[in-house]
Amino acid sequence: MDSQMMTGNLAAAWGARLADVDYIPAFPITPQTEIVEALAKWCERGELAARFVSMDSEHSMMTAAGAAEVTGARVFTATSSQGLLHAFEVLYAISGWRAPLVLVNVSRALAAPITLEADHNDVLAARDAGFLQIHAETCQEVLDSILMAYRIAEDERVMLPVIVNLDGFTLSFTREPVSLPDPDTVRRFLPPFRPSHLGFTASSPHALGVAVIGGTPYAYFKHQMHLAARNALEVHRETADSFQALFGRRYDVVEGYRLEEAEDVLVMTNAGASQGKAAVDAARAQGKRVGLLRLRMIRPWPADAIRQALRGRRAVAVMDQNVAPGQGGILYREVAACLYHEAARPGALCSFIGGLGGQHLSEGMFHAIFEQTAEAGVAGRGCGPVLLYSAEEHREMTQLQMVAGTVGRDGR
Amino acid sequence: MTWQRETFKKIKQIPREEHVLPGTALCAGCGGLEALRLAAKVLGDHVVYVNAAGCFTMLAAYPYTSFKGSWLYTTMGSAPAGAQGIRDALDILIAKGRLPQGEDVKVVVLGGDGSTYDMALSATSGAMNRRLDFYYICYDNEAYGNTGMQLSPATPYAARTATSPCGLQHPAGTAQEKKDLFEIWRAHRPPYIATVAPRYPLDLEEKFARAAAFTGPKMFLALAACPTGWLYDPGTTPEVARMAVETGLWPLKEAINGVVTHTYIPKRKPVEAYLRLQGRFQHLFEPTVQTDAIRHIQERVDAYWEQAMQEQA
Repeated sequence: MDSQMMTGNLAAAWGARLADVDYIPAFPITPQTEIVEALAKWCERGELAARFVSMDSEHSMMTAAGAAEVTGARVFTATSSQGLLHAFEVLYAISGWRAPLVLVNVSRALAAPITLEADHNDVLAARDAGFLQIHAETCQEVLDSILMAYRIAEDERVMLPVIVNLDGFTLSFTREPVSLPDPDTVRRFLPPFRPSHLGFTASSPHALGVAVIGGTPYAYFKHQMHLAARNALEVHRETADSFQALFGRRYDVVEGYRLEEAEDVLVMTNAGASQGKAAVDAARAQGKRVGLLRLRMIRPWPADAIRQALRGRRAVAVMDQNVAPGQGGILYREVAACLYHEAARPGALCSFIGGLGGQHLSEGMFHAIFEQTAEAGVAGRGCGPVLLYSAEEHREMTQLQMVAGTVGRDGR
Repeated sequence: MTWQRETFKKIKQIPREEHVLPGTALCAGCGGLEALRLAAKVLGDHVVYVNAAGCFTMLAAYPYTSFKGSWLYTTMGSAPAGAQGIRDALDILIAKGRLPQGEDVKVVVLGGDGSTYDMALSATSGAMNRRLDFYYICYDNEAYGNTGMQLSPATPYAARTATSPCGLQHPAGTAQEKKDLFEIWRAHRPPYIATVAPRYPLDLEEKFARAAAFTGPKMFLALAACPTGWLYDPGTTPEVARMAVETGLWPLKEAINGVVTHTYIPKRKPVEAYLRLQGRFQHLFEPTVQTDAIRHIQERVDAYWEQAMQEQA
């Protein structure tokens, strides 16, 4: 296997290419655009036997993607941030169609204020849309997750679309060594998409997405989606086994980092977890018994795996790179909910909010998190939500406010 | 030169076979459904209808469908994009040998005026610009009908709707003019555009037959006379549809690669003959006659035909 340096975006494009997709409806948006540019080029050169179509909006793009998928084509598309939200109602439509496509979302904070850099309010807004969600930490994991996502989505026990998420800028534009799987081996891992139950053909007509009257059929179909999404936990495990056997790399629904004998555990997702792991190493070097739990699968929610990893800990800190204004961190409450019935649940559960809109995750921030979490553990009482904002950031912001004329030179 | 029908010269030539089956949840006397029923006689059963939110969404309500062909409900704003996905996927599957050519189906968007004139205009523009090979049937009842008749950009001047009521500020009701969607479509130069009315079945069938010869967007605006929203007895739908055409308010025309031909030149009865049939215009006649408003409608239709006849000559 040859390894080459590539960005997270290019790794995503390679994932689609190796999955041998048939159809790519596209619409540009920073920081995702590099993905569709690469795919357009490969389609044009004939290196990828897919049809690439430039659509008029993400709303149209997602509709075309879902419609093509339920016609029987394997479909890939990608978006980010405002684009994901522009397509929002379509996400619910195509998960209801049970269209097993793969959508890459390159996380970017939501306007207003308008910005380009990452946080997770975009992808987590879609957490209830019926899409499965896999959040990747590295460029290699982006590529591998796309291959796994198709196999999970197309499994007849699941038949739901999947979002594979990567962080804008920090991963989308970061070059890392990526091992490209051998196409023949990928074909063994991911058989061709030949759904027998989908399609609109002359001899086998099909009505899909039809109206229902009343709650009885509506609830039935929604329950089906929920149960199918739960099935994805087992299908993910089987898929991970098979992937490991063929490619030697292993991905589980959660990833523990230095959890052995860790008193306190920091919970993170996505590329920021790499910085979290470095912070764990630094803290361990100082004799602190800390570890990190990275949540890779967000939907279905891997409650059992999270419980197992966190039971018996002194304290747990959940780092949310998102904010639900008036509530706090989105993942914090999901983690809290799945620990409620755990007899040996952690003595303290702390909520931290940082990394919004590309906000730098500094060593100081991680230091503060570990300190406050340890104190909470000793006191047996959680804390937060703590809005992380460093003194340096405060100084920089005051400067900007002075330039804007809203703050005087005395800082008032 | 008058427009000649080539395929459908006599009413007996219209196929008797039905492709939109009876017993739908739509209103009695729906003019849009009659237009669709006639269109389907040419389109046949090897069709996938791609639907946007509107009255016709109720044509496929679990576990029933009115069609022998296929159906996909999308959203209110993206049915043409759904058509794009299906058409592209069918082409791909056929090209890759995964679907026999004989299994191909026509892709037909079904949208009301609320979707077509407003929310889906961007998606429709995109589909036309990409030269998507599909049919678009807009059933135009000149208001958001499925939600109980609110103003849409297709609502004509002086019609009363639930959100453009008559009052001291607006004694005529709707103040806007109907958006000229035909011309907006025509600016995209699709190979075929036509207006149709269900009371003119030979004209309608002929246009669907002619459209079949073209690859690319085939766009239809169908008058959907609407007893529920326009407030007249359902049995009067044929007469209302007829008077819409005979007064000149609903011109029957086509545009082939942008070149417009009026397919029927009415002698043009006074517009009152159409307006008086419908409750939505009743305020123009009771309690007092709003002569200015009626004259305005007449002048607009006169000006339209004067220009149309000049251009046609």
